[in-house]
Amino acid sequence: MTMLANAPIQPEDEPMSPVAHPSQALLRVENLSREFGGVLAIENLSFTVAKGDIHSIIGPNGAGKTTLFNLITGVYKPSGGTVLFDGATVSGLPPYKLAARGMSRTFQNLQIFFNMTAVENVMVGRHLHLNGTLLPALFRFPSLVRKDREAKERAAELMASVGLAKYVDAHASSMPYGALKRLEIARALASEPKLLLLDEPAAGLNATESREIDEVIKKVAASGITVILVEHDMKMVMGISDRITALNYGRKLAEGTPAEVAANPDVVAAYLGTMD
Amino acid sequence: MVQIAATRTAAAQPINTRLLSLAALAVVIAVLPLALTNNFYLDIAILAGFNAIVCVGLNLLIGYAGQISLGHAGFFGIGAYASGILVTTYGWPPIAALLVGALFVGVLAFLLAKPILRLKGHYLAMATLGIGIIVSIVLRTETGLTGGPDGMMVDSFKIFGLELYGEKTWYWVVGVMLFIAVWLSLNLIDSPVGRALRAVHGSEVAAEVVGVDTTRYKVMVFVVSAVFASVAGSLFAHYTGLITPAKADFFKSIELVTMVVFGGMASTFGAVIGAVVLTVLPQALTVFQDYSQIVLGAILMFTMVFMPKGLLPTIEGLIAQRRRA
Repeated sequence: MTMLANAPIQPEDEPMSPVAHPSQALLRVENLSREFGGVLAIENLSFTVAKGDIHSIIGPNGAGKTTLFNLITGVYKPSGGTVLFDGATVSGLPPYKLAARGMSRTFQNLQIFFNMTAVENVMVGRHLHLNGTLLPALFRFPSLVRKDREAKERAAELMASVGLAKYVDAHASSMPYGALKRLEIARALASEPKLLLLDEPAAGLNATESREIDEVIKKVAASGITVILVEHDMKMVMGISDRITALNYGRKLAEGTPAEVAANPDVVAAYLGTMD
Repeated sequence: MVQIAATRTAAAQPINTRLLSLAALAVVIAVLPLALTNNFYLDIAILAGFNAIVCVGLNLLIGYAGQISLGHAGFFGIGAYASGILVTTYGWPPIAALLVGALFVGVLAFLLAKPILRLKGHYLAMATLGIGIIVSIVLRTETGLTGGPDGMMVDSFKIFGLELYGEKTWYWVVGVMLFIAVWLSLNLIDSPVGRALRAVHGSEVAAEVVGVDTTRYKVMVFVVSAVFASVAGSLFAHYTGLITPAKADFFKSIELVTMVVFGGMASTFGAVIGAVVLTVLPQALTVFQDYSQIVLGAILMFTMVFMPKGLLPTIEGLIAQRRRA
């Protein structure tokens, strides 16, 4: 019901004027809802991600973090509300169109192409920058071969930048878990996104690997890419985030700087439970 | 510096194996006639070649993109009958009939692909099965056009005043066509399109989020594989001179899929080997007379139980293991 009441709200300054936002919002989520069989996984959620920030989404298990990622990246269609990316409404667009607009992501449960080598995985990430039509591929046009070779070099560089230099020609199915986590990041970066969404990049990693991922994320952000991070590793989240949005039961619980969110009694209650 | 150099050699490597394997194929095709001492052997080699062309195309769909089709004999049949009807009944030049047949099959596959490739697994299998069955029913019942269950005679293939006639000539025609099919397939696999197809197989959602329009590529590969089958069908019709709806039916479709899986999924040469072995084997097994079907079934079963990846990938795996040891 709330969903319907909120749906028609159209802020006067959208969608074609990104200039109207002095805060330089790259992503704006407005009254977003998603229902699964009568249960609202995301309920009337609104928040803004500023350009260049590392913006973390935290919340207990089942809070709707991954659902939110799937809504933003077009894997799910919202039941209500809108997503604005780079000044245009993008909710309802399929993922590959969002990728073309500069959005990329990794997955909580690895989504690696296990039928390819590691470098080929990253080269798929360069798909948008290569010629994907049939005839040049069938007849192996020289221009295509040349661009493919460049793409491979670029992919190998990206792999080196996330610490995977030694795995370039390895088959993805032969790589350890921690390396695959980074391979997903390299693949996402290969598409040259403006916005990178990382879904639990440190999950299942040991402390050392976690710290390395931490460095990778900082490096990504420093290169000008906006990052949205879902992560349970609170030390990492508190350490690298510019802003945090806390969710519980699909609703926004709190938002602010790491210090503000950490001090918020609702957030503490959601994580630790209340006395009554 | 070292790193860049390492990447360079790595990039050069697949090209070499690619050229080497193409050269090996050319040599085998060129030398094989020395062993094929009579027309019966040549005939089997030609039939194996036709099957191999279809299987190379079908492998792009099944092995690389991970989509199933149990109706590809239907596309083979449409190609064959397009040539039969246009050339024999309407007097078209065979090459024009072949191209129009391929175009028709391409458009048909395109129109069918969008709705059916939304389906997955068993449902996709069912839908493609239905397509094959419909094609074979039409061929059986449109007696005026197709000759019905008895089939129809097809004129020989003439081009530039040259008539393709006899097993020896056809061996070279099929050999060259197979070489081209393998070349196209290897090209496609090692390209952005090929990687997109393999990505669809590996993880559709991951392919989508890096910008691969998965539906587009599934449709594309379905059309390409259907056109491979159609061209093979057209040539086959001219070679045998007699086509029947049995060439387009369900059993033929299953046979083609079996060849791809037996030879090894996601392996172009595996598809060729699967097609050759499963064309030759039934002939060789005739020594078992009444039991030949049982023996064939047993061989298939044991191969798939002990080599679930198929013939060629299993052998490659063994060789790689040896090398490491």
